[in-house]
Amino acid sequence: MPDAAGPRATKQQLLSGWGRATRSRAEVVVVSSKDDAHRTVSGAASVLARGLGRSYGDQATNAGGLVADLTGLDRPVGAVSASGRVTVPGGLSLDALLAQIVPQGWFVPVSPGTRYVTVGGAIAADIHGKNHHRDGAFCQHVESLELVIGDGSTLRCSPKENADVFWATAGGMGLTGVVVEARLMLKPIATSKLAVTTTRFVELDPLLEAMVRADAQAPTSVAWVDLMRSRSTRSVLTTGRFAEVAELPDAQQEDPLAYTPSQRVASPTRVPNGLLRSSTVRAFNEAWFRAAPKHRADELQTIARYYHPLDGVKNWNRLYGPQGFLQWQMVVPDNALGTLRTCIAELSAAPTPCFLAVLKRLGAANPAPLSFPLQGWTLAADMPAQARGLAPLLDRLDALVAEAGGRIYLAKDARLSPDMVPIMYPRLDEWRQVRAVVDPNNVFSSDLDRRLRLTC
Amino acid sequence: MRDATGAVQSVLVLGANSDIASAFLAALADQRLSRAVLAVREPSAAADQVLALGELGVDARAVAYDATNVADHDRVLADAGDVDVVVVAFGVLGDPYDLSLSTEAVAELGAVNYVGGVAAAHASARHLVDQGHGSLVVLSSVAGARVRADNAVYGSTKAGLDGFVQGLSDAVHGTGVHVMIVRPGFVASKMTLGMEPAPFATTPDEVAADMVSGLAKGKAVVWSPAVLQAVFAGLKPLPAPLWRRLGR
Ligand SMILES: Cc1cc2nc3c(=O)[nH]c(=O)nc-3n(C[C@H](O)[C@H](O)[C@H](O)COP(=O)(O)OP(=O)(O)OC[C@H]3O[C@@H](n4cnc5c(N)ncnc54)[C@H](O)[C@@H]3O)c2cc1C
Repeated sequence: MPDAAGPRATKQQLLSGWGRATRSRAEVVVVSSKDDAHRTVSGAASVLARGLGRSYGDQATNAGGLVADLTGLDRPVGAVSASGRVTVPGGLSLDALLAQIVPQGWFVPVSPGTRYVTVGGAIAADIHGKNHHRDGAFCQHVESLELVIGDGSTLRCSPKENADVFWATAGGMGLTGVVVEARLMLKPIATSKLAVTTTRFVELDPLLEAMVRADAQAPTSVAWVDLMRSRSTRSVLTTGRFAEVAELPDAQQEDPLAYTPSQRVASPTRVPNGLLRSSTVRAFNEAWFRAAPKHRADELQTIARYYHPLDGVKNWNRLYGPQGFLQWQMVVPDNALGTLRTCIAELSAAPTPCFLAVLKRLGAANPAPLSFPLQGWTLAADMPAQARGLAPLLDRLDALVAEAGGRIYLAKDARLSPDMVPIMYPRLDEWRQVRAVVDPNNVFSSDLDRRLRLTC
Repeated sequence: MRDATGAVQSVLVLGANSDIASAFLAALADQRLSRAVLAVREPSAAADQVLALGELGVDARAVAYDATNVADHDRVLADAGDVDVVVVAFGVLGDPYDLSLSTEAVAELGAVNYVGGVAAAHASARHLVDQGHGSLVVLSSVAGARVRADNAVYGSTKAGLDGFVQGLSDAVHGTGVHVMIVRPGFVASKMTLGMEPAPFATTPDEVAADMVSGLAKGKAVVWSPAVLQAVFAGLKPLPAPLWRRLGR
């Protein structure tokens, strides 16, 4: 540690990702100012920014090194400009951001399935949401950002200024530096409610057709797919748009932007391994499918219910027990529908208990070399990490995805073969070259980096 | 780094030329193993192993290591650098025990198996704790679960080593380092060549498979085959006269 450490406290901590399947020990220092960030990076031999730890694997862990916990850098945001511009600290959670901007009539440009992610984490993963087919990924709505690079200095970058560093940071998994501040472009909303249309499908083909149609019709869409039945694939498609004031019930029209995300219930803290086995998961999927209407148009839902349904249960990740779980998320281009079908069929036929999987359309890729989205289909499925036969099954599916020109999402990965990375991310070398300029001494590193050999 | 399914990428094996160690390395190579350091008394004797691992896509190399040379443990660990797994696999069986054995031979066995084993496990655990992750796998034996007359020295060294590693496992609890004791039964291998196989005899490949799955599940103790745990639960409280007769 540099002796300029001042008041910053560090402590040895065991860290893991949201999936809790691997863990490693690091020295954690809480960063609560830009100055803290500079001092933490300068003189460190190995350091990594960490947000709220919602990435699934080893993205935000750094064995034997330093981890800068950015969640202390979360001061409230200033006023939103008339055009929706707002400057936010890198450690601010989308949860806190939403609480500050929704009542003013603004929404985040891209929302993941949980609001407990930080702005820095959203940039480092270049996250995508239900609106990707229309609006692209998170970093396409970042006007500029401030990055603390390898030597501890600050670099401003944007799509116009140091553009290569900007795009290398988008999806760069924290390996180009620490994002301490970003200027975001928000979306105007008239109300805090969504008009949601829900449709149930008992076969795959009609769902796929409906999803392609939804690209043009709905600003947001997502389908939940049941991968526990090998005969036919059933699913629930939801599409949504923010409602106009006139659509709200009279009582709500007085305060159309009211935003009070629900309190969370906690999962039990001690859960045995194997609680989520095939039988229980099958029963859950069944109950959930039955609960959805065959078809319902324009139902009003809150932001929390539509965008962040899982946030209703605190620490739901613990339900998988101490051996943890992983999420396999792939994307394949539009022309690889056959690969998508094979993946769905193989996962459905495998004995692996697969909780509700998510199927989404993605729009065009952006200039970031390591950004995940590309025009096509993305499928994400959660599975217990120690499920029998899981490793060879996913290796086989990875190969199909790569062959189809698709890729695995680095923010979720916990088991990809390093040999796959340059195939799935053909611009990896380009990213490495930019990274080497901002971090010539390889100060930034993570367990993900070591496992997938990203930086070398 | 170890991945979420438990597959590992790098390993250091202390005493890499035993049949169990070879089988374990091959099993890991079947998953994600990409780097292996084989610590052996005579590196040239491991040339074939290195070559075979290379053919499986593993960057393998052999380094000189003598478990009775105290300085060797830390040297080999430092040389291997960051590794996901360290295996303490060395050990000598020695001749069947009786009072005619030379005092030197008895002391030698204790020095390699126990003193060397304890020092190796200790140094390895510290190395793993410092790097912030990893598993330490120590080859014990059912011979240590209840020591028989005909392997009194070997069995006692394993009993002692096993006991040390149990304590070590508790000592590193909470550091993120995983410690696993492996207690194989009678393994048909070059170590036991010419010996009469005991009940529940197993093979190096089977032991290696049990080790790989124990590693993935984060087990503290692996009996191989698993049934030996129950067998020894029954054998341990056996009255001495009966035990003596069984041993013969
Ligand atoms: C329930 C759930 C639903 C999700 N839904 C989606 C979804 O719909 N779409 C999607 O794209 N993702 C989704 N995710 C993944 C999540 O959005 C990303 O993993 C995101 O990176 C998590 O942010 P975090 O703050 O928790 O970052 P962490 O997990 O703490 O870190 C993730 C990465 O970001 C880096 N990082 C964090 N902060 C900074 C910083 N200030 N500067 C530089 N690098 C930094 C870390 O080094 C690490 O590499 C979901 C995750 C969960 C648990």
